[in-house]
Amino acid sequence: MAATYFTEDHEWVRVENDIATVGITDHAQDQLGDLVFVQLPDVGQSLSKGDATVVVESVKAASDVYAPLDGEVTEVNDATASDPSLVNSAAASDGWLWKMKLSNPDQLTGLLDEAGYKAIIG
Amino acid sequence: MGTEENLKQLPLDDLHKAANARFGGFAGWSMPITYPLGVMKEHLHTREKAGLFDISHMQLFDVAGPQAAALLARACPLDASALHIGQSKYTFFLNDEAGILDDLIITRLGDDHFMVVANAGNAAADEAHLRGVAKGFDCRIDALDRVFIAIQGPQAVDVLRKAGIAGTDLAFMHGFEPKPGWFMSRSGYTGEDGFEIGLPEADARALVEKLFADERVAWVGLAARDSLRLEAGLCLHGHDITPDYDPVDAGLLWAIAKPVRETAGFIGADALLAKIATGSAKKRVGLKPEGRQPVRTDAELFDADGNKVGLVTSGGFGPSAGFPVAMGYVSKDLSALGSKVFAEVRGSRIPVEIHSLPFTPHRYHKG
Repeated sequence: MAATYFTEDHEWVRVENDIATVGITDHAQDQLGDLVFVQLPDVGQSLSKGDATVVVESVKAASDVYAPLDGEVTEVNDATASDPSLVNSAAASDGWLWKMKLSNPDQLTGLLDEAGYKAIIG
Repeated sequence: MGTEENLKQLPLDDLHKAANARFGGFAGWSMPITYPLGVMKEHLHTREKAGLFDISHMQLFDVAGPQAAALLARACPLDASALHIGQSKYTFFLNDEAGILDDLIITRLGDDHFMVVANAGNAAADEAHLRGVAKGFDCRIDALDRVFIAIQGPQAVDVLRKAGIAGTDLAFMHGFEPKPGWFMSRSGYTGEDGFEIGLPEADARALVEKLFADERVAWVGLAARDSLRLEAGLCLHGHDITPDYDPVDAGLLWAIAKPVRETAGFIGADALLAKIATGSAKKRVGLKPEGRQPVRTDAELFDADGNKVGLVTSGGFGPSAGFPVAMGYVSKDLSALGSKVFAEVRGSRIPVEIHSLPFTPHRYHKG
C-alpha cells in the first residue's frame, strides 16, 4: 500500500515498502513554467535530506529539487531528461524524477500529508 | 510570485490580471511575465501569428524645438538632421568614455520634432542626462505618459489592417503620429515584423479590446519577450550592453554612420574614435551550448586550457531555435564562428560554440 507525502519545497514522495519515488508537484511545475532541461542524479548516489539532487530548468530559470529524505538513488526517470515537458504534463505520475531506498524511514513523520500541503499552497 | 511592494503598476494592470498573468518585478514595474499559455507557446505564437505586449514600462520622450535635431546629434552618435521625416534609427546615449548609457530608437516626426523611446530601467537617468545635455539648446523635452503596446509577428500587419488601424503601410523602422496623443512605428524587439503604438490609456483600452476580437492575437509576457529578442540577437541594456561596454565591443558600430564618426560632435566621440583605432580586445557573440542545458547570464567562459576568456550576458532556451541560446563577450582570438569555449555551470564546464547572430532569421518588413 503506497502512501504519498509532500514537502514544503513542493515535492511529492510516494513510499512503497522502503522505496520512495520523488517528483515535483503540479503546483511546482505550474510555477516553473515550461521545462527545457532536467539533470538527474546518478544511480547509487547517496543522499541526505536537503541535498540538491535534481536541477530542473525552465526557459527562464534553473531550480533545485531537494532530497526529501536520507537514502540511496535506485533508479532515475530518463524519460524526463529526454523530454522535460513530461514533468509539466504529468508531474505527479509519469514525470517522476528518481527513486530512492530510504535509510531513515522515521523521517517520513516530518513530511506533510496532502491536506497539509494544500494548506501551504493555498 | 506575487507582486512586490513599491513596484509601479502598468496602466492596464487590470487587463493583465483578468488575463490571469503571472507578475514579476522588472525595472521597478510589476510586469506580466507569463500568461496561462506559457512562455514557450507565447514565444511560438509570436513567431507564427501576432503577440501583444504591454511595454508601457518603456519611456517615450517628445523632443521638439528649433534645436531638437542639434540636441540629439550632441546627445547621440546620430545625424538627426539627416533623418527624413518618418524615419526611425537605433542609437545610444554614450558617456564620455563611449560606454553605453542606454540604447534608444529615435523617430523624426517633423522638421523640429522627434520621438525618443528609452528603456524602462534607464528612464529616469536618461531624462536627467538628456535635460543636462539640453541646457543651452532651444528645445523642449516632454516625458510622455502613455500606454505603449507592441504587436509583433507575421500576422500583426493584417490584424491591424482588419481592425482598421492606420499605419499598416509603414516600412520597418518608420513611424508617425496617426492622431493626437498617438505615436506608432513599425518596429519591435522580437526579430519579427510588427508595430509599437504609444497612446492615451482610454484609447489603449479600446484598441486592445478591438485587437482581441481577432483570434490570432494573444497576450505575450516579458519572459517570451526576452527569449524572442535573445533569439533575434538583440541586446538587452543592463545585460548585453552597459556603460562598461562601448559600441565597438558590442559590435554595434553599424548604428553609427561614417559621417557621424568623422564629424565627432557627439558625447563620447573622442573615446569612441580612439577605440575604433585600437580595436576591442573582446567581441559580443552568439553562443550555442552543446546539448540541452541552458547557460545563463553571468556564467563565466573559459578556453580549453581553463583560462577565463569571457562572460555570458544573456542566456536561456530558444523555443524557435529548439536549443539553448546565449549571448556574451569573448576575447577576440576566440570570437570566430565555430570556435569552442566552455561555460561554467554549477561546477561543470559545458562546451559552447561561437554561433552567428541572430539564431532565428529576422523577418522585418523592409517596405
